[in-house]
This record gives sequence, C-alpha cells and structure tokens, in this order.
Amino acid sequence: MNALLDLLAAIGRSALGLVAAAGSVAVFAAVALSHVVRPPFYPRLLARQMMEIGYFSLPVVALTAIFSGMVLALQSYTGFARFSAEGAVATVVVLSITRELGPVLAGLMVAGRIGAAIAAELGTMRVTDQIDALTTLSTNPIKYLVVPRLVAATIVLPLLVIVADILGVLGGFIVGVAKLEFNPATYMQRTWEFLEVQDVVSGLVKAAVFGFIIALMGCYQGYHSRGGAQGVGAATTNAVVSASILILTFNYVITELFFAR
Amino acid sequence: MTEAPPKIRIRGLSKAFGAKIVLDSLDLDVPGGRGFVVIGGSGSGKSVLLKCILGLIEPDAGTIEIDGRNVLSMNRSQREAVNGRIGMLFQQGALFDSLPVWENVAFGLLARKMMRRAEAKPRAIEILAQVGLGPDVADLYPSELSGGMQKRVALARAIAARPDLIFFDEPTTGLDPIMGAIIDALIVEQVERLGATAFSITHDMASAQRIGNEIAMIHKGKIIWQGPAERIYDSGNPYVDQFVRGMSEGPITMEVRG
Repeated sequence: MNALLDLLAAIGRSALGLVAAAGSVAVFAAVALSHVVRPPFYPRLLARQMMEIGYFSLPVVALTAIFSGMVLALQSYTGFARFSAEGAVATVVVLSITRELGPVLAGLMVAGRIGAAIAAELGTMRVTDQIDALTTLSTNPIKYLVVPRLVAATIVLPLLVIVADILGVLGGFIVGVAKLEFNPATYMQRTWEFLEVQDVVSGLVKAAVFGFIIALMGCYQGYHSRGGAQGVGAATTNAVVSASILILTFNYVITELFFAR
Repeated sequence: MTEAPPKIRIRGLSKAFGAKIVLDSLDLDVPGGRGFVVIGGSGSGKSVLLKCILGLIEPDAGTIEIDGRNVLSMNRSQREAVNGRIGMLFQQGALFDSLPVWENVAFGLLARKMMRRAEAKPRAIEILAQVGLGPDVADLYPSELSGGMQKRVALARAIAARPDLIFFDEPTTGLDPIMGAIIDALIVEQVERLGATAFSITHDMASAQRIGNEIAMIHKGKIIWQGPAERIYDSGNPYVDQFVRGMSEGPITMEVRG
C-alpha cells in the first residue's frame, strides 16, 4: 500500500512540476512578447541574430532538405511500384516536403544548432553575472537578449523552409530524372499539378511557430541556468530536448488546424 | 549644524531562501562621498545585501533608500534611472565576452543614449587610459586579457557614466597581492576623482582598509559592528576581532557540512 502511495506521490510531483514549468515558460514568453513592441529596439542585434540563425544555418538545412527529397523519391518509387503508382512520386515528394519534412527537419536541425547555442550563451552569461551586469547598466536583459533572438528566429525559419522546400523538391527531381528515368517536364508538371497554396503556407506557418519555440526554449533554459558549467550543460540539453518535443507536438496541432476535415 | 543624510539608508531588510534566513531585519546607514566597506565571512549575507541594493534580488521585507528615495517601491523605468547614476564592479568582472573592450566600457553610455557609437569609442579609450590601459586594448575581446586587465576594464565600465555611487563586489578576488593593491589604488583614485560614494563588500582585510573610510561587519544577516576603518583592529567586538585576525577560535562558528 505504501509503495503504491509513494508511486502516486511521485507521479503527482512530476505532474505538478510539469505544470509549474509550463506556466513559467508561458509567463516568460508573455513578458518577452510584451517587450517586442516597446522601445528601445536593438536593430543591430536583430540583424546579427538573423545572420546567426538564418544565414549560418543554411548549409545544414540545405543538405538535410536535398537528401530528404532524394530519399523520399527513391522510397516512394520502390513502394508505389508495388501497385503501379510510380507516377505519383513527384506529387508525394512535393507535398511531403512542403507540408511536413521541410518545416519539421529544418526546425529540428535549427533546434540542435541554434537552440543549444542560445541556451549555452545565455547560460554562461547568467552564471558569470553578465545578465546582472546588463541590469546594472540600465539595460533590460529580456529586451536586449531574448527579444532579438525570438524575433529573428520567428522571421528566418520560414525563409529557411522556403529554401528547404526548393532544395527538397530539387533532390527528388534529381533522383527522379537521373536514376528513375522520369521525363523532366512530366516530373515538373506532376510536381505543380496538385500543389496548393495552402500546402506551402501551412509549412511556413509551422516554420514561424517552430522558430519561436526554438528561440523561446533556448532563451528560457539559458536565462534560468544555475550552478556553473554543469548548469549550463543541463540548460543546453533541456533547450534542445524541450524544443524538439514541442516542435513535434505543435506540428500535429498546426496540421490539425490546417487540414483536418 | 544638521548631519548630512546618508547616501543609502536600509531599514528592516529581510531575505530568506526557503528556511534559510540570509538577511535578518538588517539596518544600515551608508554616508555619502566616502569609501564604505561591508566585511563578513562566506554565507554571512553580504552578497545578497549588495544584490538587494542593486535590485537584482527582491527582498522579503524592509526599505532601501538611495538619496532619500525608496528604490524598492519604484517602477522599472524609475529604477533604471537610478541605475543610471550607479556603477558596479562585479567580482569576476562580468565583461560581455561577445563585445570588444571599448564596447564593454561604453556600454552604459550607449544604452542610455548619452552618445553615439562614433563618439563612444574615443571616450572609451579615454576612460581606459584613466585605469592604465592603452588604446591597443580597445579592440581586443575580454578573453584576450589577463585577470588584472579584465578587472581594470570592468572598473573602467563601472566609472564610464560618471556615477555618484559605485559598488564593488570583492574587487581583489582572483588577483595576486600586488595587482590587488594596484586595483585598490585605482578604485580610490577614481572614486575621489568622481567625488562618488563607494560601497564595497569583501573579506580581504588588506583591501578593506585600503578602500574603506568606514567599515561595517555583517554576521548572520545583521550588521553587528560599524565604525571608522582605523578602528577595525581595535573594535572591542569579539566577532570583529576574530574575523579581522582570522582566528579559528571565537564566537563565530563556521558551518561545515560533510
């Protein structure tokens, strides 16, 4: 009986901890958003973050997208050949890339690269008193550190996903034409034939939400980092793991909002 | 003749973290225009006291007046205006490692829009000269500097906006005795030049005597003695005597957990 009570107590503590953490993240996000529209603004920092998050993430997102498109074409072809539906390969590639793989893979890649970097940077600033130093220099740390990262990630993730969409489709095209011997014109026609604006827009909306989530979790974990190098390491891990889980969760929610019948 | 009001007046300041009481209804008056030092052992509450005054930690109870105004009841913009007249030298420097030295020094000037970037760099180089650093340092990053140089840059940042109240958190920690004495001399020189009030916390008695005109001792979250620096070795207080002489025997017992 006692063992059962202990188990229930442990589950209860975990549930309460989860709710408290979710509330704390929500308050942090609300405070940060309230500063987005209030001066002072830091355009120089915003531009730097857009470069860091967007431009420097291009190679990893591009490689991920092009190989995903290639493997998708190959897998679809070998699978669909079983029921003579090889002609649907181009359509499957473009819909999968624009609706799902583009935003999700770009989001997970950027979460690993940028979420970790943001958490490590802010965590180090926290444990070395640099965030306190900002306050003593009449600078709001949320406005100076968090807002530029949140805004930059929300803006550049959709831009990265546009690139990922194009390169993903290109990857499928290369395999389709060079290896599976599709006619290039027919492949392109099949690519555009069933693609709708909503497919691309849903992917871009997902990307914006994922960008916000990545920066939010990186900033939140780094900002609340405690306990020296070990604390910074834990913040970095938590930032990537929590952002990845939230990306997959919100991916379903947004898909449901756009496409549920 | 009426006595000048204190620069900082603290009454009934209390702060606890869970069951641990760190500041216990602490009262303190810090006179203006002088060097004031709070000494105390590890865990005595001096760092929390400093963070409460700076607005980095919210106390549970009490008042903190700077120039007669309770800073705890101020809104954010009022508090930022007060911080605009305050300088702070952190224990480890807390320099922004993503910015070059000159931007670190000019950070407060740029943040408060006291000058544009083009004007700020020559001004930062002037301030660096005041703490004994040449213009060649301006474009380096903090990680490229020695500990002593980082402390000088941190001091330059603390005095850049000509504050009238400057806080020093263990200014000689991590420095060798000679560099510690040099930093202390720079602190005294710059504080006198600005006519500012210097509020320091330290457990380095040599440093405390060099930079303090008046010393207070904090123990278990309360001020247990306050007096002129020259009386610190003749205070008549057994707690102060034990601390300043570094004796293991006495009324202060250190909590050691295995």
